[in-house]
Amino acid sequence: MRSNLGLLVLVPAAAILFFAGQQLPAVGDPSSPASTHVAPRYIEHGPEETGARNMVTGVLADYRGYDTFGELIVIFTAGLACLVILSARSVKGRRPRSMKQRTKASSPRR
Amino acid sequence: MKTAFGSRVLETACRLLVPFMVLFAVYVVIHGHDSPGGGFQGGVILAAAVILLRLVRGEETALGLGPRSALVLSCLGPAVYAGIGLLAMVWGGNFLDYGALPLPIKPAEVRAMGTLGIEVGITMGVTGVIVSIFDVLSRDEEGDQSRGT
Repeated sequence: MRSNLGLLVLVPAAAILFFAGQQLPAVGDPSSPASTHVAPRYIEHGPEETGARNMVTGVLADYRGYDTFGELIVIFTAGLACLVILSARSVKGRRPRSMKQRTKASSPRR
Repeated sequence: MKTAFGSRVLETACRLLVPFMVLFAVYVVIHGHDSPGGGFQGGVILAAAVILLRLVRGEETALGLGPRSALVLSCLGPAVYAGIGLLAMVWGGNFLDYGALPLPIKPAEVRAMGTLGIEVGITMGVTGVIVSIFDVLSRDEEGDQSRGT
């Protein structure tokens, strides 16, 4: 019964997605919106403007330098979060110190 | 990591491998202008070399990169990146507009130099973060006890 209900939702959703997917531009279509605005500029003038023969580096580090800066900040923040979480574990039982104190306070039987 | 699990075989393989890993990391970063590669990839390879040395030889300061200096390096990476962006602002460009940097070479090459600078910043950040995560995961129990209690 439950799986039937799931199918009832899934099939119309999939039908809508497949119908919409047929109207997407073909891969590599030169007249699609993705390749008509900034992509020709990057491809035609990228190497001489950025001095990078690798177009990917030219776009990532030069035209979209702000974006890559954000990526580095994301990695830095993720590493900082890892350090904070993993440094909080205690020696015995490997539980964070704050959690240990909380269980000690909340269970008077010990 | 105070206890190495190195044997003579591991030691020899590690000694043979690590110089080439460091060289390859530098190549990936510097040659990122012309071939696939760049700061993120080179930083990961460099961090792998450091972690290999720590695993096999148990050195706290493999390649001169101790736990504290790894943390400092991970903070220096974004600082270098943002610093180059701000330097461009000092000489009248937009943030991260490397063309404004006053270097006595052709404009496209100035931009390439700026790109190389931020790639080095990315490398420092990624290496520092990965080595720091490894350090905090592999911390000794005894070291914990002497520090904590």
